[in-house]
Parts: sequence; C-alpha cells; structure tokens
Amino acid sequence: MEIYGLGIVAFCMYIGSFIGYFIGEALGISGNVGGVGFAMLLLILLSNYVDKKRGGWSERTKNGIYLLSALYIPIVVAMAGIQNVVAAFSGGAIAFVAGGVATIGSMFLVPVIGKLGSKKLEE
Amino acid sequence: MISDIISTLFTKFPLVGAIGAVALILLVSYWFANVIGQKRMGSAIAIVVALILAFIAGKFTDGSKGVSDITYFSGFALLGGSMLRDFAIISTAFGAKLENLKKAGLPGIVSLLLGVTFSFVVGSVIAYVMGYHDAVDVATIGAGTVTFIVGPVTGTALGASSEVIALSIAAGVVKSVLTMIITPFIAKAIKLDNPTTAMVYGGLIGTTSGVAGGLAATDPKLVPYGAMTATFYTGLGSLVCPSLGYMVLKIFL
Repeated sequence: MEIYGLGIVAFCMYIGSFIGYFIGEALGISGNVGGVGFAMLLLILLSNYVDKKRGGWSERTKNGIYLLSALYIPIVVAMAGIQNVVAAFSGGAIAFVAGGVATIGSMFLVPVIGKLGSKKLEE
Repeated sequence: MISDIISTLFTKFPLVGAIGAVALILLVSYWFANVIGQKRMGSAIAIVVALILAFIAGKFTDGSKGVSDITYFSGFALLGGSMLRDFAIISTAFGAKLENLKKAGLPGIVSLLLGVTFSFVVGSVIAYVMGYHDAVDVATIGAGTVTFIVGPVTGTALGASSEVIALSIAAGVVKSVLTMIITPFIAKAIKLDNPTTAMVYGGLIGTTSGVAGGLAATDPKLVPYGAMTATFYTGLGSLVCPSLGYMVLKIFL
C-alpha cells in the first residue's frame, strides 16, 4: 500500500533526525545537524538492501515514495514564498556573486578531474 | 455574504489553499518556460516567482514570513515549513543505486567531495568578505551556494535568520539557472562530451535541475550520467555542511 512508502520515509526521517539531534546536542547547538543527510543515506541503504534481498518493494509501496518526491519542487516553491526576501534584498548582491563564482569555478574543475578518470581507464 | 464565505474557505482550509496557489505558480512558470523555449527552467522560474511574491508580501505587510503573513496564504507556512520540506527531500534519495556510485568510480567520488567543498568554501569566503561574520550566517550562505536545498536545511539546523536563509536560497537559484544557461556554451572548452566528464560535471555542480537542464541543452545522451552523481550531491551537502562545515568555520570565526 502507498502508505507503507510514506511510512518508510517517515521511519528514515526519525532515525536520521535522531542522529542529527544527537550530534547537535554533542556540538552544543541544539539543532538537527545533518539529519536529512543521514535519513537519505539510510533510505538508499535500506532500498538497496531490499532490492537485493527480495527484488524491491511492491509497486504501490514505491508509489507512496514517488508521491513525496513529486511534491518536492512544489514544497520548495512554497518554502521560497515564506522567506524574508525584503531583508535579503538589501544584501542581494551576495547571492549573485556567491552563486556565480561557485558555478563558473566548478565548471573549470571538470576537465581537471575528468583527466583522473581517463587515466584510470587507460590503465 | 459571498465574500465572507470566500474568506472562510481560505481560513478553514489553509493547506489546501496553499497547494492550489503553488499549483497555479507552477502552471504559469512552466507555461512561461515553454514560451521562452527553456522547458527545464520551469522549476527555477517558479522559485523566482515565489521569491518575488514573498518580496511583495513583505513590503505590503511589513512582516518577515513572506506570503504567509497574508491571512489568506497562511497555508504556505505549513506546505513550505521544514517538516514537509525535509520529508520530501529525503524521499528523493529513493532510486539512487549504490552500484551507480561505484560505477561512477573514483572521479565521481572525488568530484562529489571536491564539488561540495569548493562551493561551500567559495560561498563562505564571499559571505565573509561581504560583511557576514557570524559562523551560523556564513555556514548558511555557504551551504546555499552548494544548492538551494542545502542552504535552508543548514540554516534551520543552526538557527539562522529567515533573511540569511532567503539569501542562501537565492544563491542556489543563481547557481541552478546559470548552470542551465552557460553549460552548452562552455561544453567544448571543458571537454564535456563523454560519460566520464558528464559524471564529474554532475558531481561538481550538483544542482540536479541545473545539471539536467544544462546537459540536455548540450547533449541529451549525457543527462543520466550527470544526474546520477548529482543525486548524491544534495544528500552529501545536507550531511556535511551543517556538521563538519560549520565546525570548521567555527574555528576560524
């Protein structure tokens, strides 16, 4: 059933966030540190394990997870809609400089690391 | 009487109203993206539209919570809040295969680690130079430079202000849109013409919509290779930026 899929993600979120809050406490910032990342990692490990063990979850269970990932962009749009953009606008140049430099810089790293791959293939 | 009923609808079903409003924003944005012949920019345009609406709402209400400060649109705070956001983000990891990461091999893994680190460092340095000296603010803006998801995830974890989170989203959106636009022009210069460099490219840039859009405009055959490494990027960023990234910044600031 679809709800199983939603439940699996909920389970991963709780475990991941538990680890996240635990690290947060340990660091003394009382926040969910890296919880989303841990939950994603857990979901990947779990789904790959089930794939190997018994050919994956049923179609309807998967649909529950797909429903959530289909809501991802709409949720991000809603999230953008509730930010304090007026305040951010006063320092807006930062967004353009940081985003721009990071993008162009990353692109020029492509051939450098690409070489690493082709060398390995030649071996 | 009619207007009373209408305002009752909006205050009784806030979440449903927000879903309808977001659907409308996406509809208009994708229509516009189609008109300008950039189909894959639809979601980036929708985010920009939402940021503009939040700006207008902020001017109008003097509030700090964007459109959700308008009573009729209070549902946005539920739909776009951190609970549903994290729930949906986690689900996107489903379908990522461990074998694929192994297939991407050494260049894939190196590009992922270097890509997240490079963007985070560049974003943090620029944030510091441009006047943000608090470790939480710097980490959030640096994380936003990684992707527009990692920014708010980090900001929420560390307790950053909404102003800084909005900046981090904007930085991520700039990266995503810029990637889509300049990739086809720069493809030759960076030897983006085979699966290996496409995987490296996905791991270095990371913003999934930007990578998919940019590669589609360059050579559609390369899209799955770039998207494969890019899927791991947001997860790695959400893991590393609020923990290791913040701790390292804390040493310097």
